[in-house]
Amino acid sequence: MRIVAEHLTHTYNAGSPFAVKALDDVSLTIEEGEFFGVIGHTGSGKSTFVQHLNALIRLPSSLKHYKKPKAKKGQLPPPEPILKVGDFDLSSRKTDFRALRKNVGMVFQYPEYQLFAETVYEDVAFGLKNFAEKGHAPTKEETDAAVKEALEIVGLDFQAVKDMSPFDLSGGQKRRAAIAGVIVTRPEILVLDEPAAGLDPLGKREIMELLHTIHGKWCKTVVIVSHDMDEIAENCTRVAVFSEGRLVYALPPKELFQKAEELKSLGLDIPLTAKLVLALKARGVELSCDFTTEGLLSAILERKEGKA
Amino acid sequence: MNAIECKDVCFSYGEEGGFAISHLNFSVEEGEFVAILGHNGSGKSTLARLFNGLLEADAGEVDIFGVKLDEKTLYEARKRVGLVFQNPDNQTVASIVEDDVAFGAENVGLPREEIGQRIRFALSAVGMEEYRSSLVSRLSGGQKQRVAIAGVLALKPSVIVLDESTAMLDPRGRREIMQVVEKLNKEEHITVVLITHFLEEAMMASRAVVMNRGEIVMHGTPKEIFSRHEELLTYNLALPRIGEICKKLQAAGLGVRDTLDIEELAEDIAGELTCAS
Repeated sequence: MRIVAEHLTHTYNAGSPFAVKALDDVSLTIEEGEFFGVIGHTGSGKSTFVQHLNALIRLPSSLKHYKKPKAKKGQLPPPEPILKVGDFDLSSRKTDFRALRKNVGMVFQYPEYQLFAETVYEDVAFGLKNFAEKGHAPTKEETDAAVKEALEIVGLDFQAVKDMSPFDLSGGQKRRAAIAGVIVTRPEILVLDEPAAGLDPLGKREIMELLHTIHGKWCKTVVIVSHDMDEIAENCTRVAVFSEGRLVYALPPKELFQKAEELKSLGLDIPLTAKLVLALKARGVELSCDFTTEGLLSAILERKEGKA
Repeated sequence: MNAIECKDVCFSYGEEGGFAISHLNFSVEEGEFVAILGHNGSGKSTLARLFNGLLEADAGEVDIFGVKLDEKTLYEARKRVGLVFQNPDNQTVASIVEDDVAFGAENVGLPREEIGQRIRFALSAVGMEEYRSSLVSRLSGGQKQRVAIAGVLALKPSVIVLDESTAMLDPRGRREIMQVVEKLNKEEHITVVLITHFLEEAMMASRAVVMNRGEIVMHGTPKEIFSRHEELLTYNLALPRIGEICKKLQAAGLGVRDTLDIEELAEDIAGELTCAS
């Protein structure tokens, strides 16, 4: 499923004195199969953007009583926002939003706070039951198989945890169980808001490895929102940078992180690898690399061998 | 004098899991900046809660400035040892910044003028004076956490214990907090105990200990601990990315020193790449 957004605009509290334009004319295409990163300072509009992807925020044109904005005298009407996720047209009222949401899984920040059921099994099975077609409730066997598979892919032992209270799991396990509860419906697109926030370095690494496993096997497209530039540089195929509601860049990390000054002026950091490249440049050593750790290491070692 | 001293302290949450803290001996000297490292579940947060009597040791004793912590000395100890927790949203009680900072000071019954002075002192120490009348809910995570620190400072504590207080913040918020903490230690001479799983934060401390399964398993300067990175891994602690790059370069035969500082590492790499060897 391809995600196509054109002229996407969103104003919170529209028509009131508290109106805030959170997204302003954003056009962006995310191809199927990408491991896509979304970055931006707090309040940049990045969360508003990803919440559109499974219609947590609806386009005005998909709501009842929608009236097309009239053009001001002597001006062209503002462009109609378009958002398509695969064949789902999110600007239309006729779209089956339930089917859309089944296909676009959303993992919020600190998903472990959303665990609620009495057992891990019930928690993971909830989404499955919720998204079942009317009259086609999954059988016990189907549920068993799906929950087992989802728990195993996130690295939890089905037999060991299924009857446990999710609140008795450790922090890292809770997060895994919460992710299992989202991917159990096999969404094509998985969107995660700060999936590794608050974890220790090892936990972070494990979660990112897990996302790569899911990306290959379960979900064709993964979209992550992150503040951690190292995480972005290391994992993403392409990165969208938001600032004040606008899309500023949509580039592969290799190109994006050469713009250290521009990113700084947007209040954003650059990855450690890019900082090292800059610090080396200041000392007269110019290296080019893709800003992954491996890429930087091999660039340094190649240069060293060239010298020797 | 020791600000905090733990003598053979044991603590268990009463589950089959055994001891969360097991026969632990540990002390922090007045004015020191000590980092406690450990992965999730190593017992480091439990230890923090033993420092001001939020939890009571099952065996052994905790002394605060030489006074044994018990029911009678508990409230005095809490004035001297302030805790800052992980989630900024769980630590605010009032909707306006100055009311929130005043809460602790009001609670111990200080006179009104004194409270006003302390709010000014605390907010300026964390660089939040201009937000005095702001709504807490409108602040960023880093700012909220600075308000939480100010609330502790208003009690003029001798020791501040930060329990993963930067874990939920973005990089900018994290830097803000670390700058405030360093300043409090250097300028206000407040003893700091920093509990973290980030080795780069621990590098600011003068001394670091590593906890695993309720015991202290490593101690030394942060640099010494960093250089024993293979041992760290066995306690489920990973090096920060810069440490990994440094170690990998060393393994590949480059002459770079153990460092977590970008400039130092760049200097060594540049030296290796430009020297006429």
